[in-house]
Amino acid sequence: MNFSNKLLLLVGLLLLPSQLFAQESAQEPQAPVVAPVTPAPEAPVANDAQPVADSATEASDGAKYVPMDATPGFGMPTDKAIDFQDQKNDLGQRAYWINNYILLPIITVISLFVLALLFWVIVRYRRKANPEPSKTTHNTMIEILWTGIPVLILLGIAIPSIDLLAKQFEPAPKNAVTVKAIGYQWYWGFNYPDHGDFEVVANMLKEKEDVAEGERYRTDADGPQLLATDNRMVVPAGVPIRLQTTAADVIHSFAIPSLWFKLDAVPGRLNEKALMIPEPGVYFGQCSELCGALHGYMPIAIEALPPEEFAVWVKEQGGSMPADAVADAQAAEPATEPATKNEVAAEAG
Amino acid sequence: MTTIAANPSDLHEHDSDHKPAFFARWFMSTNHKDIGTLYLIFAIIAGIIGGAISGMMRVELAEPGVQYLGTWASWLSGSEATWNEALHMWNVLITAHGLIMVFFMVMPAIIGGFGNWFVPLMIGAPDMAFPRMNNVSFWLTVVAFIMLLGSTFVPGGTGLGAGTGWTVYAPLSTSGSVGPAVDMAIFSLHLAGAASILGAVNFITTIFNMRAPGMTLHKMPLFVWSVLVTAFLLLLALPVLAAAITMLLTDRNFGTGFFDAAQGGDPVLYQHLFWFFGHPEVYIMILPGFGIISQIVSTFSRKPVFGYLGMAYAMVAIGVVGFVVWAHHMFTTGMTANVKIYFTAATMVIAVPTGIKIFSWIATMWGGSISFKTPMLWAIGFIFMFTVGGVTGVVLANGGLDDAYHDTYYVVAHFHYVLSLGAVFSLFAGFYYWFGKMSGRMINEFLGQLHFWIFFIGVNVLFFPMHFLGNNGMPRRIPDYNSAYAYWNEIASLGYAIMAVGVVIFFINVFYSLFFGPKAEGNYWGEGATTLEWTLSSPPPFHQFETLPEVK
Repeated sequence: MNFSNKLLLLVGLLLLPSQLFAQESAQEPQAPVVAPVTPAPEAPVANDAQPVADSATEASDGAKYVPMDATPGFGMPTDKAIDFQDQKNDLGQRAYWINNYILLPIITVISLFVLALLFWVIVRYRRKANPEPSKTTHNTMIEILWTGIPVLILLGIAIPSIDLLAKQFEPAPKNAVTVKAIGYQWYWGFNYPDHGDFEVVANMLKEKEDVAEGERYRTDADGPQLLATDNRMVVPAGVPIRLQTTAADVIHSFAIPSLWFKLDAVPGRLNEKALMIPEPGVYFGQCSELCGALHGYMPIAIEALPPEEFAVWVKEQGGSMPADAVADAQAAEPATEPATKNEVAAEAG
Repeated sequence: MTTIAANPSDLHEHDSDHKPAFFARWFMSTNHKDIGTLYLIFAIIAGIIGGAISGMMRVELAEPGVQYLGTWASWLSGSEATWNEALHMWNVLITAHGLIMVFFMVMPAIIGGFGNWFVPLMIGAPDMAFPRMNNVSFWLTVVAFIMLLGSTFVPGGTGLGAGTGWTVYAPLSTSGSVGPAVDMAIFSLHLAGAASILGAVNFITTIFNMRAPGMTLHKMPLFVWSVLVTAFLLLLALPVLAAAITMLLTDRNFGTGFFDAAQGGDPVLYQHLFWFFGHPEVYIMILPGFGIISQIVSTFSRKPVFGYLGMAYAMVAIGVVGFVVWAHHMFTTGMTANVKIYFTAATMVIAVPTGIKIFSWIATMWGGSISFKTPMLWAIGFIFMFTVGGVTGVVLANGGLDDAYHDTYYVVAHFHYVLSLGAVFSLFAGFYYWFGKMSGRMINEFLGQLHFWIFFIGVNVLFFPMHFLGNNGMPRRIPDYNSAYAYWNEIASLGYAIMAVGVVIFFINVFYSLFFGPKAEGNYWGEGATTLEWTLSSPPPFHQFETLPEVK
């Protein structure tokens, strides 16, 4: 155990620079995922490192991916709610705070203030109470005030608001996991370029009465009606995600209300934003740009797993963890393996 | 009064009221008041259709699941509708509702109707500068409307009709919608746009050249100011829409690739062009309403408008700034941080001149001697409801918050508060204010107030819960939703029913008053009504101001 762990780290360290070069020439600096390496799941990696490994049988060895059950009320709309869905990451909580503790009080007070003024003039200056109208049509002071004060209020809003914007645009760190969400009419595809470039297709799960005998239908474990999907966009929790969006046909929009996240998927463009999901769980959203007939039926379900379970899932999809790619490269050349190990030891030393 | 007088002096006396025969009067009209009436009738018909469509939408949304779309789609096609055709029907409904209400209800009513009727009267002009062009404007709008309605009977991709949304975003409107429906809808917008540009040219020329002696720009009633600013917005914004949808047409039919990424085009370019028109368009719909509210508040407070110059130039400022904020409709398209920060800041600036207007209306009432006739109720309702719609606009202006709000029901709530409770309230206010002037008969006050209260309650029950739905994450433009959204949707649909009762009372009132209302005097509102239309009889003579009035 201890040995294989050490081996993994060493191999990772050795191949780090070469990987860097390779990927720089490819495109974005999407490279050597450092974080996933460190907490890298031991069991599956160790398995893969064994040259005898027979991938079919060995996925069942040890950890097996089991889809996470959706938790009622978590990451989904709640019945009769008037407020936002619980925000599950820092940026979402920050935005929620700005909205509910700065903007909402301000706009409520302004609306009530206007309402109170209206009530006052309605009562005080109704014809019975005030038969002779005044002739006042100017008051420079008050005009300056009602121009100046709104400016100050807007400044007060703008400062935290623009600060939030800047935070939302902070690029994903180098060790982020890249997921590319591709909108299709009318389903989502999730591509994992860092993990062997496989793609998961996610369709909405229909209700029991709407499917043919024997077909899969939605259960509460999958998620709420119209929001659950057959496959999910699985990501590691607590690891930054570099979410890219694009589309194959028309414009779609990738939205998860409980993460305060929305980014259009535009054909011919690759939009990118950082997304952080600290807590494991299932998070639901819907396509948010009119995309044709079934626009209402292409939900999004993100499943955030602990990193080691994420690695198991990746394996089951036929992908590989970036760290595994290293191990696989080793496995492909068993003859040179001992030599490499020595070199690693030497260099690291 | 069509009797031909026997002697020349009689003829002279009556020629101001010499009306052409029916066909010539209503189909070849050159009279601004008749054209204004035609526009109002047209807008009411379009409003009934657009409102009925929203009723269909609220019925479908009253509970989760898809209940009626299939039936409606099969009515259109005459055969059993497939699931996709039924869902396409939904998109046709939202598209038609948006386009009809914007281009064929609010704009024709507020600019074509009240603008035509009262701009010449208020500036002391005998008619519009280009009476025949005025007629062309109106009939182009009619043809455009027929074209749009016709598009629902031809294929538009997944089903019959154009299902692109009123924004007609590419590539859903190009490669995503095969068939002639979208082409017809685009042609319809071309015609409606051309009509509006002609109308804008007409208003600008009329206001600049045909004011009565002594009426300087700074003495013009605020309604005329509002139409002047609106006309400039139309003149500058509509050509951009025309260009954008022409490019859509060529993308669709001639293989150009302006908005096709595969050919080096860009779908987001279309959105920039559309919203460069689309944002000024929302001020086109509301500015004349501001003008109407200013007249009414002043009349019923028996006070001149407070801060007249500030009011006039606030509208100019809204018009100018309205041209440089368009991309706040596109916050999620993937723009850079700096662009998003700019559009956030610029958008918030608009709240300042809008605030000046709200406070100036209240200051006009302050110290006044207010009577609460029906038009004043609508005006006060407007001021409060527009404030509510305005402050949610400030919330949406924040690009960082928009990541949650964008394309949710919160946005639907916001723009219905400024349009359905803003522009529509100002339309009703103007209609009750001027009904006697236009028809010669007084509209029933009790039914008018009843209409106001029922409508006021109805639209608030209809639209306020949509804020909650948006907060909770419900996207726009979907026919079916998760059951968590069911409660507030049911209440919203209930609100629609209440509102509909109000509208029925409105129509009963209009028909009753047209035939049985008491005759209206020249100035039936009394001393507070000081603009020139109140110096004339009700209705005004067929040709007014043959001798120009002198304004001191």
